[in-house]
Amino acid sequence: MTSVNGTVLILGAASDIGRAIGHEYARGGLSVILAARDCRRLETDAADLRLRHAVAARAVEFDVLDSAGFGGFLDRLGALPETVICVVGLLGDQAVAQISAAAAELVMRTNYLGCSLVLGEVATRMAARGSGCIIGMSSVAGERGRAKNYIYGSAKAGLTALLSGLRNRLARRGVRVITIQPGFVETRMTQGMALPKILTAQPDEVARAVYRAQARGKNVVYVRPIWRWIMRAIRALPERIFMRTDI
Amino acid sequence: MPTPARASQISDGPMTPSRALQPRDMALSGWGRYPRATCRLYEARGPADVLATIAAGDTLIARGNGRAYGDPALNPEGTLSLLQSNRLLDFDPTSGLVTCEAGVMLTDVIDVFLPRGWFPPVTPGTKFVTIGGMIASNVHGKNHHAVGSFADHVASLDLALADGRVVRCSRGDNAALFEATGGGMGLTGVILRASFRLVPVATSAIRRETRRARNLDETMTQFDAARDWSYSVAWIDCLARGDALGRSLLFLGEHARSDELPAGARRNPLAMPKKHGRTVPFDVPSFVQNRWSIGAFNALYYRSARADTEVLDYERFFYPLDGLLEWRRLYGRAGLVQYQCVLPRAASRDGLTALLRRTAATGAGSFLGVLKLFGPQSGMLSFPMEGYTLALDFPAGAKTLALFPELDAIVADHGGRVYLAKDAATSRGMIERGYPGLARFRALRAAVDPQGKFASLQSRRLGL
Repeated sequence: MTSVNGTVLILGAASDIGRAIGHEYARGGLSVILAARDCRRLETDAADLRLRHAVAARAVEFDVLDSAGFGGFLDRLGALPETVICVVGLLGDQAVAQISAAAAELVMRTNYLGCSLVLGEVATRMAARGSGCIIGMSSVAGERGRAKNYIYGSAKAGLTALLSGLRNRLARRGVRVITIQPGFVETRMTQGMALPKILTAQPDEVARAVYRAQARGKNVVYVRPIWRWIMRAIRALPERIFMRTDI
Repeated sequence: MPTPARASQISDGPMTPSRALQPRDMALSGWGRYPRATCRLYEARGPADVLATIAAGDTLIARGNGRAYGDPALNPEGTLSLLQSNRLLDFDPTSGLVTCEAGVMLTDVIDVFLPRGWFPPVTPGTKFVTIGGMIASNVHGKNHHAVGSFADHVASLDLALADGRVVRCSRGDNAALFEATGGGMGLTGVILRASFRLVPVATSAIRRETRRARNLDETMTQFDAARDWSYSVAWIDCLARGDALGRSLLFLGEHARSDELPAGARRNPLAMPKKHGRTVPFDVPSFVQNRWSIGAFNALYYRSARADTEVLDYERFFYPLDGLLEWRRLYGRAGLVQYQCVLPRAASRDGLTALLRRTAATGAGSFLGVLKLFGPQSGMLSFPMEGYTLALDFPAGAKTLALFPELDAIVADHGGRVYLAKDAATSRGMIERGYPGLARFRALRAAVDPQGKFASLQSRRLGL
């Protein structure tokens, strides 16, 4: 077991998964920095963490689309947190994104460019310090492009590759990089979708998996292990067959 | 008319409607699993979601943890779950004043604040209820005779109205709205957050004294003699007849002092009891519950109890059934209905005798008959009044539903009323007779919610 301590920065903390992760780490006694756009709405979450878990918690403004501001954002935090978790994500609407460049670009910038660039900046600073842990929330949608969500999936594929690369780059620099593959999660992002129960995790289940992954020194974690086998099967399908499927 | 909240009162969260929530159709029920209805369920993460859902159009009822027994938190057109709007916002360790969102569960309040020496001022028989639900039902506890019900300990609350405004209500501001919301079954608006006072305690334990009463007269004499106790409640054998009619075990309680704890526990007097999650894993077939099985259980329970004093953890005193998760499954798939009424003090002896005779005669009684002496109570739709309250569980079914109007008639004849938070089957006339504040409540609702935005299956059934 690796000890999980210090401060955790959660990017995308207003999401259901971000909220759950905040509670999980605060329960573990860590100081928590909640970051999201329009951070005033996070003040109540920070107060909740302080009262429930008797830890330090605060909210800071963060916009994943403002890549020029990432350096300044990290500078303003003061000390670089020991753990940085990025759960920013935008599912978008595939039907719109495949005919609207602007809609597709927003999905790509949010899920790939924004997350990758901010974590890249964090990685460089952690490498200089010689310690830290980066956790990225990717998606099984990134493991094979499908008609139903390939704009989102391609951005997540990029993020998965980036996290893999960072892990490789930093493996001997004292910095750990963890890729989380949540599978379906019952959140605001998926509200209204008919998700099969056995494949669908709750946000606090994801949060526990993230914390456990860090404590146990994992590299790539599927929140529900069944997803590892499903994706293995989907990846194994020959393209001639896969291209005609509707999954 | 209510005044809008000042900007400073709502500075810690965006109050402009957010992106609308997507509802999903869910088969819902109350704790009794009767009745059931498919409802469009919205899940609010915070005040902005509540406002967006109110703005969206259809009628709506707020829902907490679904522990009211019948249909007050069901609306097929729109049921708004506040369970994810559950942030603790502030605590003043000098006064014990907690401010939190409506979806915070009582169990969380206890988990967070009891280790710091604070306890809820009032608690119902389960801790799996939300603060918003406790206000909407204006729940009472075993200390009602001494401290009143939960809303009496609420300093203020923020209420989202049908027109989208958020108003802060207290005894000083929007006093009528405040009074109507305590016990108002969610029909005045959606409670967003509330401030209420905890009480200081020295330990997490209760000193409990058990007394036996051989019949109803003894039971009532014992309640009178116990009025100085903080907590009092009686388990009543509702199948006992004749001379033994109304025989009871009285449980009296005080928060234990440190020096009353066993020596080993004194070092950490606020220690929390171990959580145990025993559950009922399946629905018990309904034939298991009959006159003989319940009668035998009740007789055994009465005889095995000793008149004594012991110090036990707060869970065992306040929440004996919470330790057995899903205990409602003991009543089988059809579910259960609870009948809880209150009778004015002067009419209590006659009324209770009639109710117990009627219940014992059908043999449709329950494991759980609970009797308690209330103190006075204010509020428009609040349930308690000075007198005796009796709560009985029955398996849901035709036999029970046929019995209830008979019980209602006895209660009405004695000037009593039934509890809306337990109700699934009473009549409009029964509520109109029992709740003299109903006319004021209806007038206030007509003023703040003229379109009838807030409605539940219960409010429609009873014309609240």
